[in-house]
Amino acid sequence: MTWVAVGITGVACYLLKLAGLSVPPRVLERPLVERIADFIPVALLAALIAVQVFSHGHSLAIDARAVGLAVAVVLLVLRAPFLVVVFGAALVAALVRLV
Amino acid sequence: MTDAPLDPGERSSIIRDSLGVGVATGAYGVGFGAVSVASGLSVAQTCALSFFVFTGASQFALVGVIASGGAPVSGALTAMLLGTRNTLYGLRLAPLLAWRGWRRALAAQVLIDESTAMSVTRETTPAARLGFLTTGVSVFVLWNLATLAGAVAGNSIGDPRTYGLDAAVGAAFLALLWPRLKSRRNRLVAVAAAAVALGTVPVVPAGVPVLAAAAVALLAGVLTRDGETR
Repeated sequence: MTWVAVGITGVACYLLKLAGLSVPPRVLERPLVERIADFIPVALLAALIAVQVFSHGHSLAIDARAVGLAVAVVLLVLRAPFLVVVFGAALVAALVRLV
Repeated sequence: MTDAPLDPGERSSIIRDSLGVGVATGAYGVGFGAVSVASGLSVAQTCALSFFVFTGASQFALVGVIASGGAPVSGALTAMLLGTRNTLYGLRLAPLLAWRGWRRALAAQVLIDESTAMSVTRETTPAARLGFLTTGVSVFVLWNLATLAGAVAGNSIGDPRTYGLDAAVGAAFLALLWPRLKSRRNRLVAVAAAAVALGTVPVVPAGVPVLAAAAVALLAGVLTRDGETR
């Protein structure tokens, strides 16, 4: 199933890119479409964070991952580079699990 | 659109800036590779994602949904929704890049955030093409190499939870979201979307809460008007 998802995603994401370069602009360039398209990454990323960090199966959970996320916030406020944010959060979550 | 040739100074400055972006962005691939194998994908699946999907947020989304126990198909749908922004970049760039046929078909694969940012502000087609290709190709090469390195390293260290790599997924999403949170409207959408996702976690199959949150984007798009302050 995972390979199927990888294949579908690869083909679909390529076609989405190609469509942008190929479709006449007037078909998609409408204010409503642009507004929704601007909001989609915001909504999906926020939802992914919430589910990834605060759920476990079908229940909500607060554990070391939440501490990792808090560390990520601090690092982002300090303008740390992407990799520092990602691995800094991982490191702190791992340390929390150790104690 | 003019086709005036580039002077050497402009040319080397575009190449230098684009390579800088390429190196900085490509390095994220290590994070993706490690997070992807930590989420349960194989090294081959991880590398296939970076090669064929090649748009960071969508790749992270797919592995994130799988990591939270969601059906791979829900992950694929989430990834596609995130990939729609590349379509809008393409609409902006098409008249500027002015490629046709097989050149356009090849260029499409490297149509991403960074290649758009490094070309959309250029005033001539040669300058836009140079910025687009130098950035797009350098990110593509480095992103794929870094993915492989991250996946192999992540795969050889045992249980990823010991190293907190499950927490790295949320941090990666937050880093991708962060620049967009400057706008108040986006902050509202983010909070509402997170609430919808967490509210639906107990009652719908895994993977669906994230898709349900896309409804917040639709609603926000319909309810806001142009020209409103951000």
